[in-house]
Amino acid sequence: MILFSPQTQILLIGIVVSLSCTLVGCFLLLRNMSMMTDAISHTILLGIVIGFFLTKDLSSPMLIISAGLIGVLTVYLVEAMHSTKLVSEDSAIGIVFPLLFSIAIIIISKYARNTHLDVSCVMLGDITFAPYKKLIIGNLDLGARAIYSSGVVLVMNLAFLILFFKELKVSTFDPALAFVLGMMPSLIHYLLMTLVSVTVVASFEAVGSILVIAFMIGSPATAYLLTEDLKKMIVFSSIIGILNSFLGYEIAAYFDVSIPGSIALMTGITFLCVFLFSPKNGLVFQWMTLRRNKHAFTKDTFLLHLYNHHGVTEEISAETIGNHLCWSSEQVNNVSSALLENGFITMQEDCFVITSKGEERLRKNYSFILEQC
Amino acid sequence: MIQTLIEMIQNDFTFRVVSFGSLILGMISGALGCFAVLRKQSLIGDAISHCTLPGIAIAFLITNSKNIEVLLFGALLSGLLSMYLITTITSHSKLKFDASLALVLSVLFGIGIVFLTYIQKNSGSHQAGLEKFIFGQASSLLKRDVRIMMITGIVLFSIMIVFWKEFKLVTFDPVFAQTIGIPSTFFGGFLSLLMVLGIVIGLQTVGVILMSALLISPASAARQWTDKLSVMVVLSSLFGGMSGVLGTMVSSYIPGIPTGPTIVAFMSIIVLGSLLFAPRGIIRKWIMQRKNHAVLYQLLKANSYEKIGGEGI
Repeated sequence: MILFSPQTQILLIGIVVSLSCTLVGCFLLLRNMSMMTDAISHTILLGIVIGFFLTKDLSSPMLIISAGLIGVLTVYLVEAMHSTKLVSEDSAIGIVFPLLFSIAIIIISKYARNTHLDVSCVMLGDITFAPYKKLIIGNLDLGARAIYSSGVVLVMNLAFLILFFKELKVSTFDPALAFVLGMMPSLIHYLLMTLVSVTVVASFEAVGSILVIAFMIGSPATAYLLTEDLKKMIVFSSIIGILNSFLGYEIAAYFDVSIPGSIALMTGITFLCVFLFSPKNGLVFQWMTLRRNKHAFTKDTFLLHLYNHHGVTEEISAETIGNHLCWSSEQVNNVSSALLENGFITMQEDCFVITSKGEERLRKNYSFILEQC
Repeated sequence: MIQTLIEMIQNDFTFRVVSFGSLILGMISGALGCFAVLRKQSLIGDAISHCTLPGIAIAFLITNSKNIEVLLFGALLSGLLSMYLITTITSHSKLKFDASLALVLSVLFGIGIVFLTYIQKNSGSHQAGLEKFIFGQASSLLKRDVRIMMITGIVLFSIMIVFWKEFKLVTFDPVFAQTIGIPSTFFGGFLSLLMVLGIVIGLQTVGVILMSALLISPASAARQWTDKLSVMVVLSSLFGGMSGVLGTMVSSYIPGIPTGPTIVAFMSIIVLGSLLFAPRGIIRKWIMQRKNHAVLYQLLKANSYEKIGGEGI
């Protein structure tokens, strides 16, 4: 590890954290629990504060344990409040997490004024200094501690995913079926939420709590737009997470700004690209399809009109047809010239007449209408 | 306690300003929160308040002034942008509402942090104070800030009274509103605009993280006591204003306790109390359940005796 420069270590931390967040994040997204990440990433502050008061040591592993426990407690409280059926689930999230967060802030500002427990540092996090928090065993400098802590979490998440993939999949998409099959969906649920808390705790030490949300929801959301296959989604979102970390780091290094912030920015940019240009569901593609369908439909309307009113000069003459279709003369010109060019209609003494080719086109798409006529 | 309060109001100018600010803020957010909660958009306040950060930073970067009106205007613009992004993403992709909230929240907050660090590196110590928007600093409220809050509050409440019928319809049945000729998309957007405005003026006092509680908690508490929207809005702004004043009082009474979190703590106490003691709350439900059990047990017992007597089994 000592061979790696701090820059490489930062990048490595970013990639490991993004991978471990992505693995659990995909399931959170699919279970409609995205905002739970937000809640947990705030409430673990309370866990850290409690852990700190128990051990008086900011680098003790006790902090991670108590923060993880508070994360699970958050989930439990939200669900308990929701299960009274007096408040909706998102309201429950919005009531529980500010309370726990407030308690943490009150404790810090009352009792921990003189310690190094800085709220803004905890919440905003800074990966920049992560390489200098080293893991030293004996006299051996093994590199940044964050690499190991998030590496362990990554292995845990990966093991959980591989061992319980089937159970996770079924209980995510059809909890009732999972229950009937004896897969214990609630156990899986709490295991997943425990892992989420642990992942948040291990990651936010390195990257700050807001970037944890970007990693957990941002890249899975991007991947979700690209595919409908769960395995592909996990793979895609891992790749996107790595890409975002790499590009975000480069941007931050170039402009000398916050690294977590620019990785979050990159997450937004990749999402926007996919949202706009994804080949199947992208906004641009949707818009193009809409336009194409609109054009085709206008032409078909024109052809149908000619077919129905065959021989009635008033209805199909070039001058008056606009009134009957309620179209402007410009639109009539555009549509008719396009149809004339393709040979769907011809002009006979100032009237549009549908050709056999045009009738064929109608028959192909609208045979059910033609039969009724 | 009331005596202390009166004494503090009489003698302490800062307390007067801050508590009046918190009172207005609590009332506004309480009233607006009702609509957010009823429209099932509780967490939108959380997302929008995070998303105001880049607006504040960019406004500072462009004008290079710490004039509060300018910064809040920037916050308003980026709050509206985030609202637009969230609704666009939800309606044009298969992502659910909460996923697009989390996405937009983290990305825009990240961009805000990027700008903040950029400002830090490039304009030296001059930027100090922008970070107070993240955690809020009620004690830094000035008379001028409270005046802005008051004007905004009066405008918000008068708009709410003028368009009461429309807002009510759009909240409960947007489709019906559309069919009887009320442009529900417009009024939905208008309501969201008001919400962004309410959030923006709260940023200074409680900060982006706790702002969501100010919207959700009083409304959720008020919801337990009534089924009528007008009563709910009044109750909710009452709860909000009350916790605002109480929070300020406690935090200025006990040294070293920040105002924003204390306000939130009082709100949570009110929520908990309402959940427990309201007419349809947990305790009442529990008592009813026990009563029903007893009645049912008696009935079953009586019934089975009758059967035994009548048919001689």
